[in-house]
Amino acid sequence: MAQATFEEISAADFFYRNRDIAGFTNPSRAIFVAIRELVENSLDAAETSKIPPDIYVRLSYESEASKETQIYKLRVEDNGIGIPPRHIPSAFGQVLFGSKYKLKQQRGTFGLGGKMALLYGQITTHQPAYVISSTGMAKIYLYKLMIDIQRNRPIILDRKVLINKENWRGTVVEFTLEGDYLRSMPKILDYFKQTAMVNPYANLTFVDPKGRLYKFVRVTKDMPAPPKETLPHPYGVDVELLQRLIQITEYKTMLEFLRHHFHRVGDITARKFLEFSDISPSKNPKKLSHEEIVRLMHMLKRYKDFLPPDASCLSPLSEELLTAGINKELKPEFLSVHQRKPSTYAGHPFIVEVGIAYGGEIPKTGNFIVYRFANRIPLLYDEANDVSVRVINAMNWRRYKVTPEMPVAVLVHICSTKVPYKTVGKEFIADRPEIRKEIANGLREVARQLQHFMSRIEHVDRDRKRLGIFSKYLPRIAEFSTTLAGKEKPPDIEKLLKSVQKYGVDEEEA
Amino acid sequence: MESTKKKRRTNIMERRKEVLESLRTMGGTVYDQLDKGFFPSVEMPSRSTENITYDPNVRQFILGDKRVRRSARNIRHVKPFTQLVWAAMFSNELSSQRKTSTLRDVYYSAQAYEMTFTDQQESNNIITDLETVLGFSREDFNIFPEERSAVFGDLTIEYTVPGYEGKTLNLTSHPDGVLIGPAVTTSEFVKTTADKVIAIEKGGLFTRFIEENVHKKYNAVLVLTAGQAPRATRHFIRRLNEELKLPVYIFTDGDPWGMHIAMVIISGSANAAHLRELNTPDAKWSGVWATDIVDYKLPTDPLDEVDIKRLYELQRDPRYKDALWQREIKTFMKHKRKAEQEAFSRYGLTYIVDKYLPAKLEETKQK
Repeated sequence: MAQATFEEISAADFFYRNRDIAGFTNPSRAIFVAIRELVENSLDAAETSKIPPDIYVRLSYESEASKETQIYKLRVEDNGIGIPPRHIPSAFGQVLFGSKYKLKQQRGTFGLGGKMALLYGQITTHQPAYVISSTGMAKIYLYKLMIDIQRNRPIILDRKVLINKENWRGTVVEFTLEGDYLRSMPKILDYFKQTAMVNPYANLTFVDPKGRLYKFVRVTKDMPAPPKETLPHPYGVDVELLQRLIQITEYKTMLEFLRHHFHRVGDITARKFLEFSDISPSKNPKKLSHEEIVRLMHMLKRYKDFLPPDASCLSPLSEELLTAGINKELKPEFLSVHQRKPSTYAGHPFIVEVGIAYGGEIPKTGNFIVYRFANRIPLLYDEANDVSVRVINAMNWRRYKVTPEMPVAVLVHICSTKVPYKTVGKEFIADRPEIRKEIANGLREVARQLQHFMSRIEHVDRDRKRLGIFSKYLPRIAEFSTTLAGKEKPPDIEKLLKSVQKYGVDEEEA
Repeated sequence: MESTKKKRRTNIMERRKEVLESLRTMGGTVYDQLDKGFFPSVEMPSRSTENITYDPNVRQFILGDKRVRRSARNIRHVKPFTQLVWAAMFSNELSSQRKTSTLRDVYYSAQAYEMTFTDQQESNNIITDLETVLGFSREDFNIFPEERSAVFGDLTIEYTVPGYEGKTLNLTSHPDGVLIGPAVTTSEFVKTTADKVIAIEKGGLFTRFIEENVHKKYNAVLVLTAGQAPRATRHFIRRLNEELKLPVYIFTDGDPWGMHIAMVIISGSANAAHLRELNTPDAKWSGVWATDIVDYKLPTDPLDEVDIKRLYELQRDPRYKDALWQREIKTFMKHKRKAEQEAFSRYGLTYIVDKYLPAKLEETKQK
């Protein structure tokens, strides 16, 4: 029997071998994902300090790569907070740099999207990446780097320091990658449009390889409150997280450990829980055996009296911004948006925001147009499997006087510290009953508003039709009765027609 | 006869005057309502089934007290209301100009006024509405049915239609009989030697009766109903009965359908419950009875399911409550056989005229 050999591989190496996980599945998808990751980083970098983002993306053609793919240069500029010079090489040249022991709502999928993009570029073109950044202080730093894949270390090829005369602040990333722009173009444009929809306070500019300019201009400078960091809620922990917390904790008793590392657990709750689970409050957490840790996790999940997580760690868009965003991108005839109250699934807080829009620039496609967002990222793939689409399909729209033949767009935004993606591709959201319920209730609310609108339209329409019918027939009745009665001049029916116009008339009369 | 001629003519003229007046009154009412700023409306008895009852006194179906209003105020009525006023205007034109027309004509004429009807049924309904509102039948508005029946016998008529006014015709002048069309229907009766009317369901027998001189042998005016008698023909029979005091005998096939042809002449139909003077209550159904089939040992066909079903319907029909009808229905049901008028030919072509007819006329003779 052959001895299995274990080889330690670096994180960079791991992702190199498993780049599908991060979305770099094929040349057309890769180019879309690279743009998306860098734009999300840029949005985060600006929003963190409540700076209305200005993001410029340029994709330019470099050379042929193969029959179907080309080499492109991708440049993304932002006006974000910039990166302190000592962190620049690691931030872009080392996968899994930085740690996340605390939870907050984040855009990035693994917190490594940008690095994966650079890694992918390096793999496909063997060219270095350029990173220019300034925090707005006196200097601008320029790095030319590559990633040492095996050792997961940045290799700095060049470094320049420039005087920041204009007090510029932000980050520029430029690198080359192989891709297929023509095939990814529809998704990329969708991505920008939908990003603009949920970031109405951002200026987005995109110049594509053909030199076409796409510009999405902000309509407001109001921004949602940035999310706060929060501790994990007891219902949401797993054994892995417990072990990590025990490793880093400075507290020597279970009581203190619970009080300081968990969300919404105070002295009284901690004591009651320890009594419930029959654990001594004075026990040192570092002394817990593996079995005891597993048991602790189960007890945490079973205890009914933890307060639900609060949603301060979440950063929903707000009904105002959603309205501004949808109006800006779809210019609908009617729009209703609704933000649900915070809810939780498995210890993770989440908020659902929905919108429904009718008419305007929304095309009739024979089906509803669905816009899905998770933590303000547009989800563009695997629509059919998404919980939102399932809820939409299961709804009885006829009740609301809405049919798929109408120009209707439905928007669902879920924000959470942990969005329950169904697969590693992170393109669609799992069908959790709690989430399903919130989406369904939200959609019912906005659908009712649309129903009222449709009824109003119908009413106006009916009034117009009625007036049309009376205006058509009353003069004929006048004409015929004049002839029949042998009168000289027709009766005066102006009064009658005016009364129809003014008040309408009774619907039924026996 | 001569003595009553003048009076009769006045009757026909007066009826025409009445019809025209009622049409113009309706026009005036609508005109005035409009002129005062009201939505015009008309009222009429409801023709729904629950408002149709059999009146044993007048021996026909009549409409009850329930009334409906057609108002131009109601969005769903404004179109039919307009059509109704148009139909009144059209009828007025026909009557004033002494022109005749058919239901089919009405349907097409509407298009000239951009009053297109969806289908023939819709325009027929409007004409029936007009009949109900005014209480006159469409023949009074010079709208005649397509179907034509015929008359033969020693009856002299005087035309009133334009171009023929004052001309007379003896109804024996054509051996095929004379069509009961608008001209005959609007004629005055001048004189007759007949003392009865024999109505016959089928054309073959009608011709046989003429050939065999039934009109002479039995002093009869022969009327061919050609199946279910058209309303104009029913009115014509009534006039023969009423104005000339001629008793009416009806001969049909010996089956539920023939029986009902006779009944409609006698008691009218539910469809015409809004109209009067279309039936002849004293007319008699003289054959072929179910009992005749038995008594005369006629060749028969079996009654089929539809026939049987029809018999059960007729058994419950208020018009059939008299003993004779009930007896015949039961006899049909018992033997489950039917026979056509032609069945008498088994005894020779003239048997029906020579033997059966006198026997039945005697049997159903009216006082």
